[in-house]
Amino acid sequence: MTAHETVIGLEVHCELATASKMFCGCPNEFGDEPNTNVCPVCLGLPGSLPVLNAKAVEYALRVAEALNLRVPERSVFARKNYFYPDMPKNYQTSQYDEPITIDGGLDIDGVRVGITRAHLEEDTGKSQHVGVGGRIHDADFSLVDYNRAGVPLLEIVSEPDLRSAEQAKRYVEELRATLLAVGVSDVKMEEGSLRIDANVSVRAPGSSDLGTRAEIKNLNSLRSLVRAIEHESDRQWALTQAGEKVVQETRHWDEESGRTISGRSKEEAHDYRYFPEPDLVPVEPTQEMGDRVRASMPELPAARRARYAEQWGISAEDARILVDVPGLADYAERAVAALRDGDGGSAKDVVNWVRQEVLAYVNETGLSPALLAPEMLAELVGLVASGTISRQQAKDVLAESLREERWPRTIVEARGIAQVSDEGAIADVVERVLAANGGVAKEYRAGDEAAKKKKWGFLMGQVMRELKGQGNAQVINRILEQRLADE
Amino acid sequence: MAERITRADVEHVAQLARLALSEEEIGSLSEELGAILEYAAQVSALDTHDVPPTAHPLPLVNVFRPDEARAGVPRDEVLAAAPDVQENRFRVPRILGEEP
Amino acid sequence: MIAARRIAADVRSGARSARDVLEEHLDVINGREPDLHAFNVVLADVARDAADAVDVAVARGDDPGPLAGVPLALKDNMCTRGLPTTCSSRILEGWRPPYDATVVERVRAAGAVVIGKTNLDEFAMGSSTENSAFGPTRNPHDVTRVPGGSSGGSAAAVAAGFAPLALGSDTGGSIRQPAALCGVVGVKPTYGVVSRYGLIAFASSLDQIGPFAATVEDAASLLEVIGGHDPLDSTSIARPAPELVAGLDDGVSGLRVGVVGEMTEIDGIEPRVRDAVKAAAAGLEAAGAKVDTVSVPSAAYGIAAYYLIAPAEASSNLARYDGVRYGLRVDADDVAHMNAATREAGFGREVKRRIMLGTYALSAGYYDAYYGQAQRVRTLILRDFERVYEQFDVLIAATSPTVAFELGAKTTDPLAMYLCDVCTVPANLSGHPAMSVPFGTGDAGLPIGVQVLAPALGEPTMFRVARAIEQAAGR
Repeated sequence: MTAHETVIGLEVHCELATASKMFCGCPNEFGDEPNTNVCPVCLGLPGSLPVLNAKAVEYALRVAEALNLRVPERSVFARKNYFYPDMPKNYQTSQYDEPITIDGGLDIDGVRVGITRAHLEEDTGKSQHVGVGGRIHDADFSLVDYNRAGVPLLEIVSEPDLRSAEQAKRYVEELRATLLAVGVSDVKMEEGSLRIDANVSVRAPGSSDLGTRAEIKNLNSLRSLVRAIEHESDRQWALTQAGEKVVQETRHWDEESGRTISGRSKEEAHDYRYFPEPDLVPVEPTQEMGDRVRASMPELPAARRARYAEQWGISAEDARILVDVPGLADYAERAVAALRDGDGGSAKDVVNWVRQEVLAYVNETGLSPALLAPEMLAELVGLVASGTISRQQAKDVLAESLREERWPRTIVEARGIAQVSDEGAIADVVERVLAANGGVAKEYRAGDEAAKKKKWGFLMGQVMRELKGQGNAQVINRILEQRLADE
Repeated sequence: MAERITRADVEHVAQLARLALSEEEIGSLSEELGAILEYAAQVSALDTHDVPPTAHPLPLVNVFRPDEARAGVPRDEVLAAAPDVQENRFRVPRILGEEP
Repeated sequence: MIAARRIAADVRSGARSARDVLEEHLDVINGREPDLHAFNVVLADVARDAADAVDVAVARGDDPGPLAGVPLALKDNMCTRGLPTTCSSRILEGWRPPYDATVVERVRAAGAVVIGKTNLDEFAMGSSTENSAFGPTRNPHDVTRVPGGSSGGSAAAVAAGFAPLALGSDTGGSIRQPAALCGVVGVKPTYGVVSRYGLIAFASSLDQIGPFAATVEDAASLLEVIGGHDPLDSTSIARPAPELVAGLDDGVSGLRVGVVGEMTEIDGIEPRVRDAVKAAAAGLEAAGAKVDTVSVPSAAYGIAAYYLIAPAEASSNLARYDGVRYGLRVDADDVAHMNAATREAGFGREVKRRIMLGTYALSAGYYDAYYGQAQRVRTLILRDFERVYEQFDVLIAATSPTVAFELGAKTTDPLAMYLCDVCTVPANLSGHPAMSVPFGTGDAGLPIGVQVLAPALGEPTMFRVARAIEQAAGR
């Protein structure tokens, strides 16, 4: 297949982590028993009326601040009218021509990706399709749960500025880290807190045409996002090369077959008949609301990465991992803060431990890094840096710390595994070993390189055995070297 | 501006509105809607250049509720009203159209 | 008929029991309800429990509330927990809401006894109560005639003495027009004064709940109870209920009263209706008001704008009746056909007509010409009224161009029925308060209503003027 350029715009639906739903007081909870978090409002019962959750507005303003979005003087809600059983009123309360935020952007690896708008809307319920095939069209019937109906969503719409699946992934990662940093969402894709639709089109390299685009719906993992865009891009380019036309349509990503499937149905020609929601009044964010948001803005991911790289001397890649994994950067910061001056441990040491050992443990067990208090990690790093224990010993201690939630120093003391670094004690042992193995020392001094290496290893092993494996290898090396050179 | 409302128009609108109109209704509605819209088209006689639309008679803005969760309606009561229920969920016939 | 305020005073003092009051009214209902069909359901047992509770409170020395023991009829588009709420539609037959409307909570807290749910044009769409799925209501003054609509059941209930008080809803005249045709007082408050929470929506930006009563004073008492801010309705004005009764008899001396030409001197108005407006104006002048004629030019476009805006909102509000969560379901092979079959079977002719009209007015390619333009005309109407209210404290006009008409007279011509609302629709579009007060009789001795209109939150003045008109009418 010849080279082509892919043009991608993303619509990211982010569930806001409010305590209650967008327009009623029902709990905003994932995973509860079906139809337990419902009331007249979110069920759309006759006569019920919506009242806007102040927190949802505040969260939208926080995102605006983080994504360089402008907040117009006034925004209004509108009804998007279409029939679907997930939607209790058969209209979705959303925003249309006057969204709460517009015209922003997010920098991805030095490239600015434009963000057209981010608007508030309510989520729908969920239906499970029951029947032979399990897929929607094969189903015999569907079962609907409205717990999710009315959960606040922020729909973040990018410009078609992305040029590859990988870049789209980076955009979502950065967006996810940003949403997490400003505290508006738990950004759990596996729970649907972040759902992505991708608008994809293709064109010849260097062309500025906008090709006909297809919208791929409901991509619920980064892996799906990348695979779906790659597949769709190839599919469209193959069509174009074969002289066929790309149809503007909605397509669905099928994870199993690794293909996008047309979502066309002959009946539906959507006409959403948007009009201003008469049950809600306009939102006009005040100076005070804006000030409050600005005063409480946290450091954003890009700034945070730059700070770590500079202050801690860590690589850009390390900084990115710290910031991208929920909670990891805060953890590392607390651990660094808990380092004791006299131990000689550095922030870089902490980051190495976090990146390798702690993250491995988190990935393996899925547990939050909070299980090992950052202060414990700091203590462990200090024990290594001060030479009290070796790196290998430290790994064992860490495993035990995690298992038993005990402080590393306590474990070291209780197990008596402290490393022997005392020069006098080590010198005595070296003396004894050399005395007992005079022949070997002689052979060392007379031997060639290979012989030297072999004899050194033997003597080293003897010393370590005397020290029950807890000798500080560096100190032993130094003293042994001195003593063998002496004679 | 008065539009003639054809049967095809009525059928299209009925589909948007999810109404399974009878043949007789389609016929009479195309006449009635035509007459009503012709009358309603009087609104175009007024010069509304530079006149903003009024969506709402009240000048209210920024009406919010605090983000406090509270219990809703007991599930049994909610499901008791439903025409068809299975596994504590609302059961509907198969869905052919895609969610927009 | 005994005034609501008198009943409440007697019940509060222990002079009469709420239960006795209720039984007397149930007797009246038993006598005439079969001829009138004002109610979709008479809640006799529920009402007996409520009346007994009021009597217990009185016996205990607790304050039973300002409407203690007063029977009250509710239009059947207001939600009552566990009790049928139908909107006179097949699609909601058998549905029992799991919650009470805010107004229902408030009238009960005030000691009123909800006696039944009254008939209406299906989903409040109509001007004669003939569009009810459960059969029409008849006018107590002449059972061959309509009571007006859509709150015809509530108007008839008060006129027939079934209840001293009733609640209705007014989207384009649905309280005022039936009040006029049945010879009772009917009030549409300023949009936002009464909570809409629990009122089943017809057109959300126009709907407003208001009182029916035999007298201006009783209507004022009821509005004081139901009005005031409700945090459950975003469009509720953040103010307490207006104080009305205290200033009711302050007179109209010096008030500037305008007689609106576009809502009085209109084609097809019955001469005796026009004369009644003039006579009411003369009465106010005699009481010391300054009366002049005034023009609200854009009001003439009210019906045209209204019949685009109201159906558009209705088409969306009524989308939820789809056979999934509650109400009627007609089965079909897939969900879209189930929705369509359910709605086709569950909605009556007028409701379908308006859903179609509104869907069309909002649809791609027509929005700007119809819905968008209607909203701009709405702005012009609002501006016209605001300008006029700089010169006048209140306005008066006809409520209905005619007295009650015969059943069936307008059922075959939707547009003719829509024109019944020509005098009432402007106040819904502007959101301003307006009320109808009985003033004399017209053809066949049938009641005539005169409409009093006031600027936003001008209820206290509006009620004073209405009271003066009531006195001028010799009542």
